[in-house]
Order: sequence, then structure tokens, then C-alpha cells
Amino acid sequence: MDLAFLADCFLRIVPGIPMTLALTALSVSVGLVFACLLAAMRLSGNTLLDWPARLHVFVFRGTPLAIQMFLIYFGLAQFEVVRTSVLWPYLREPFWCAFGALMLNTAAYGSEIVRGGLLAVPCGEVEAARACGMSGFLLFRRIVAPIALRRALPGYGNEIILMVKATSLASMVTLVEVTGLAARIISTTYRVFEAFAVAAAIYLAINFAIARAVAALEWWLSPHLRGAPPPAPDLRLAH
Amino acid sequence: MIARLGGALLAAVLALGAADPAAAQQRQVRIATEGAYAPWNFTGPGGQLEGFEIDLANDLCRRMNARCTIVAQDWDGIIPGLTAGRYDAIMAGMNITDRRLEVINFSRPYAAGPHAFAVMPNSPLRAMPGTGRTFSLATQEAELVAILNQIKPLLRGRTIGVQTATTNSAFLTQYFGDAGATIREYRTTEEHDLDIAAGRLDAIFAAVTAITATAEKPEFRGLAPAGPLMSGGILGRGVAVGLRKADADLKAAFDAAIEAALKDGTISRLSEKWFKTDIAPRS
Repeated sequence: MDLAFLADCFLRIVPGIPMTLALTALSVSVGLVFACLLAAMRLSGNTLLDWPARLHVFVFRGTPLAIQMFLIYFGLAQFEVVRTSVLWPYLREPFWCAFGALMLNTAAYGSEIVRGGLLAVPCGEVEAARACGMSGFLLFRRIVAPIALRRALPGYGNEIILMVKATSLASMVTLVEVTGLAARIISTTYRVFEAFAVAAAIYLAINFAIARAVAALEWWLSPHLRGAPPPAPDLRLAH
Repeated sequence: MIARLGGALLAAVLALGAADPAAAQQRQVRIATEGAYAPWNFTGPGGQLEGFEIDLANDLCRRMNARCTIVAQDWDGIIPGLTAGRYDAIMAGMNITDRRLEVINFSRPYAAGPHAFAVMPNSPLRAMPGTGRTFSLATQEAELVAILNQIKPLLRGRTIGVQTATTNSAFLTQYFGDAGATIREYRTTEEHDLDIAAGRLDAIFAAVTAITATAEKPEFRGLAPAGPLMSGGILGRGVAVGLRKADADLKAAFDAAIEAALKDGTISRLSEKWFKTDIAPRS
């Protein structure tokens, strides 16, 4: 194993980390807002809201992300209407196309996770809250949201990690991120193992941090599941 | 009786096998090409590989008395695939460069064409300095660099597309890395063609043969070289067959076949057919 070359690979791939993180952070945060919106539409009981949401999930969950990215970047640019539209300044840029594909994709998966979390709230808890006189937003804020959040968090943690890995597809639309830089090293040095091993280690480090953060959030949100702290020894008995 | 019949059958089979000594000696050669670099090599409407290099490979294989299979392989993994033994030769518009010679070997060149910037018809870059002139980076570098330095300020703030890991991308990095332009690297030339037609790119940098072929398609009408036509130096010493360093006899076979195909005009004829111009190396 050539340590000097590994170090060189690392230094050449590091400049791609901000792009990987920016794509993840932006698409996950905006995607979460969309996911909540889609979940609300699904649970609204209104067919006109329910079906568009179902269609979005069907399309974005049912097709490969790589194809979505190609369709948005190379496909849409084919149409004169798109190239003269107000959206073109954004669709012209590979960053916004990659962001769009990642965001719409995670919104589809995320909406199912959020919907699952909301449906997992026990009826008894809601009934008890109603009996106490809570309703509407108060009921949602105090009872439904905290329970749904705890239920959805492990699944959503998975989704964030999947998104970090999905950003590796952004090099297909010319963005310079971790995988793209590793591929570029390979195509000039022809050493596949070292470059991809370094890229893999970088993803591993990012995802380790995310997994720990999600676990910490879960722990913080679930005080009722932790055992009571051991009682302080009663010093009076020592006398 | 049965034993005799069996014996006769066996003898016949053996005789059949022995009757074709050429088949027994025929060399098996697996050739990788990109299949996305028209008109050098591309995937035709029916999914089959076509182009200058496909015709040439078949001709060279006949001359070498080899049984060849041609496979498509993405450009960015084409050299690792060769060294890993997944195929025996590369014919993919690949130029001889010092960097590649560190890892693989090359046959003698079978083609040598210039490289240039290309822009769409309405582009303000249409009349760049040096347009219509031809330079060799090997012998006229000083003269050429003077022209490139006039081009540099014109490219400031613009976006240029180039295929990744090519002599073209190496050229841009070396001579225009400090021009204040965004250099966007694509996996295939087809992708940067799409982006210059969509208006995402102000210019591309590619082989003139590829630019000319692209400009023949209706959606890219008017795409044309701008600025000087360049070859040699960092742009490579000609297009050749890429081979593993250990396969010296395969290199000798390819060298002899290319030599013969150059001498009898086959390469010039195929070049005229696919490029409408003769890019057979003159040396």
C-alpha cells in the first residue's frame, strides 16, 4: 500500500467535500419541507390533494435517481420552451439540476416516512388529549408531532445517509464532488483501488457523523425510554 | 462394428480439426472502444458499433489473421480495463501521451488530426484570433502561445466544456487554467455537444473530426471550430492502438498491420469515408 499516494488522493478529493455536503444539506432540508407537505396532502382526505401527492411518490420512487438527474439536466434543456422560461437561469446550472433531482427524490421517500410516523401515533393518546380539552394545533404540537417525530426519526436517519451517497451521481452532470474527483484521479493515474478507497472512507466518515447525530437526537427525544437514574445513596443509613 | 464406426467418426472429427490449421493458430484479440465518439466509434441506430475505428479494427484484424471481438467500454475506465486484462487493445481515438505511456504501450499512430475550440454560430467568440490557421505545439509553441494569450481575455468569465481525462482537458488545464474561465468536464463528447446546443456552454474544446461530425446533425447546425487548429505536444503524438506493456508481439502485429494499411491507402480511404478528410499520419 502506497501511503504517499493515498495521502495525495485524499488531498485531491478533499476539495469535493463541500459540494457533497452542500448538495446533501440543501436537498435534505428543502426535501423535508416538501415531504411534510406531501404527507399532509396524502392524509388530508381530499382526493384533489391526495392524488397529486400519490403521483409524485409513484414517479420519483419508481424511477432511478440517475435517470431523473439526466432527464432534468440534459432532457429538459432540449426544449426551446424550457430554455426561454423564467426557470432557465436555474435549470442552466448543473448544481440546481442536481439539487432538484435529489430534493424531489428525497421528498418522495421522506413523505412516506413522515406519513408512517403520523399514522403510528396511537389513537389512545389523541383521545386522551381530546379528553383533556386539546384540539387543533395545540393537539398536534403537544401530542401528535412529538410522537410522530420519534417514530419517523430512525427511518429518516436512513434517508439522510442514502442522500449523502446519492450525491455521488452529481458528477454525471459535471459537478465536482467526492466521487467525481476520485474518478478524475483514476482517469489520469489509472489506480482505481486507492482513489475509490479514499472516496469510500470520506463517505464513511460523513455518514458516521450523521448516524451519531441522529442517534443523539433520538436519545434526547426519548427521555421516557431511559431508565430512571440510580437513586443517590442515602447517607443517613451510614450512621 | 459399432467400435469401428466410432473409430471412423473419431478419425473424421480429428481430420476436420486438422484440416483448418489457420483456425488453430488464429489469435484472439478483444478490442475495447468507447462507442460514443462519432465518427471515430459510436453506437449506431441498431445498437451495433460503427465508425472509422470499427472499420479499421476489422481491416487490421484481417491483416493480423486474428479473430477480433470489439466491446464498448466507458472512456473514464478504459485504461484500467486494459491493464486489468478485460480486453487486449484499445482503439478509441486515444492519443499517445507521456502520461499514458507510463502505464500502457501504443502501436504506431494510425491517425493524427488537429484539435480546436468550437462555438455555435451566434457566438461572439466566432472570430477568435488565429481562426483558420494550423499550428503544431511540438514545433511552433512560442508562436501559438502568443495567439493563445490573445484568446485568454476573451474567455474570461465564460464556460468551456471538454471531455474528462483527454488530451483536450489536459491542454485546457495547462494553457487556459488561469484564464478565469470555468472548465466543465464531461464524461462523453456527446454530453458537451448537448450542452453547447442548449446554451449552457460558450465553447467546447475537442478534436476537429468530432466537431465536424457533430455539426452535421440538424440540432447542432453551425457549430464550427474557432481559433487556431492545434496538434502535437500535450495534445498527443497521434491516435494509436493502446496495448499492455507486456504484449510485445501483439504490438508488433498491430504495427505491421497499420504500416501495411497506411501503405496501401486503406487508412486514407477509411478516413475520407468517415471524416471527409484524410487524417492518416504523415511520417
